[in-house]
Amino acid sequence: MDESATNNNDTVISIKDLKKSFDTNIVLNGIDIDILKGENLAVLGRSGSGKSVLIKIISGLLKPDSGTVKVLGQEVDKLRGKALQALRLKIGFSFQSSALYDSMTVRENLAFPLVRNKRNLKTKEVNEAIESVLNDVDLLQTINQMPAELSGGQRKRIGIARTLIMKPEIMLYDEPTSGLDPLTCIDINTLIVKVQQQYNASSIIITHDLTCAKATADKVTMIVDGRFLTPGSFNEIFNEKNTNAKSFYDYNFINDK
Amino acid sequence: MESEIPVTSTPEKFLLSKKADSFFRDIYNVYIFILQYFKELFSVPFEWKELINQCYQVGYRSLPLISLTGFITGTVFTKQSRPSLSEFGATSWLPSLISIAIIRALAPLVTALIAAGKVGSNMGAELGSMKVTEQIDAMEVSGTNPFKYLVVTRITAITLMLPILVIYTALIGMLGSYLNIHQNELTSFPAFISSAFKTISFLDISASVFKAVCYGFTIGVAGCYQGYYAQNGTKGVGTAANVAVVLSMFMIFVEEMVIVQVVNAFR
Repeated sequence: MDESATNNNDTVISIKDLKKSFDTNIVLNGIDIDILKGENLAVLGRSGSGKSVLIKIISGLLKPDSGTVKVLGQEVDKLRGKALQALRLKIGFSFQSSALYDSMTVRENLAFPLVRNKRNLKTKEVNEAIESVLNDVDLLQTINQMPAELSGGQRKRIGIARTLIMKPEIMLYDEPTSGLDPLTCIDINTLIVKVQQQYNASSIIITHDLTCAKATADKVTMIVDGRFLTPGSFNEIFNEKNTNAKSFYDYNFINDK
Repeated sequence: MESEIPVTSTPEKFLLSKKADSFFRDIYNVYIFILQYFKELFSVPFEWKELINQCYQVGYRSLPLISLTGFITGTVFTKQSRPSLSEFGATSWLPSLISIAIIRALAPLVTALIAAGKVGSNMGAELGSMKVTEQIDAMEVSGTNPFKYLVVTRITAITLMLPILVIYTALIGMLGSYLNIHQNELTSFPAFISSAFKTISFLDISASVFKAVCYGFTIGVAGCYQGYYAQNGTKGVGTAANVAVVLSMFMIFVEEMVIVQVVNAFR
């Protein structure tokens, strides 16, 4: 194993030979990747190919069967309790379903991680932080609304805002554009790029949407049979003579043919 | 080894049978769940604010339902008991009979069954819904311990609140009983109280409070366990709420039987 790559200061996520299976179903079968600071990686793949499992392992929600996952220099599956909690504060996770707390208003949703993890903050500072991230996602007007009153796109953006309030170094997006209309998808893509530029955060974007991958990612890869295709730029990946990547491209950009 | 498995069985291997293995696995998981509860209960930081909120939800919000059912229980039990006692000219024993029945058995049981239906199902459904919509995962990745915040506070709240609700139910039931006795036998309030509490011992009251603590803990564990580990989307939420209620009620009756035997040994 090349230790120098793992210990490189610019590498924020380093995954080596990651394997994960559920009963007899092998989902990840030797994933290797290094993600640099400020870099966006889009991970494509068919449903059930293990894309979401990958980011759940990175955030410590699932344990790998074997292999190492280092996030900001720490092996995630070896961390417990407060150490894991501290690392998680540096990771933002945008869920596919947005996962907003439906018994709380938008303000309370955003305040929840902040007041619980930074207990010495004054109410004024909390309110300023909430208003600042809501401005970043252009949804300040929804501050007193309940999640049930928001559209799908608004919920996604509030979900992203809830992670941004902790100023994460790494963002994990699980299907950020799924179920949204094309114009809202453009808004979300713009927001992902804005987060990269404004917060200098590295991101992993799990998606089926090639437009999203093209608009947001510096590097693109695809999970095929539990392994990554060699990561590259959008054009490099889809110039490969790989039938899996080709069929994905043809489906998404069928009008280009 | 493969040849030992009957041709019709699934490829999986079980120690006893699929259902028996699953049953014992569930019991073990509940045991681990309870151990984790006690571990998190005594570790800092304490979730005081959420605990108070849950006590309010469990206690104060249950008062109207508990009041109504407690009052009806006391009144109906008095009305039903009167004919039997009047045959022996013993209606003056009504307050004693009613107080023993309400304090020893009816108040803890009625309150616990109502709490199982109202609070247990609510816990199962609420946590189940949070589980299947990834809200619990979201809480975990945002640096909050969801077990401590959601489970420990709920189980503790109902364990603390149920004894108070049981005492309240007993008092309301006695009030219903008094009004009925006063209407029929013209018994004064002091005479009713004197007669009712003459037969009640400290053991009766402490046993009822102890029962309420056990029932509250059972309802909390059943509701939270089912909700926290809910699976299979909205169907799983319904199942969690349903199983939480059925399991709580079943366990309440089992505990009632055991505790009565133990208390009678001390009587």
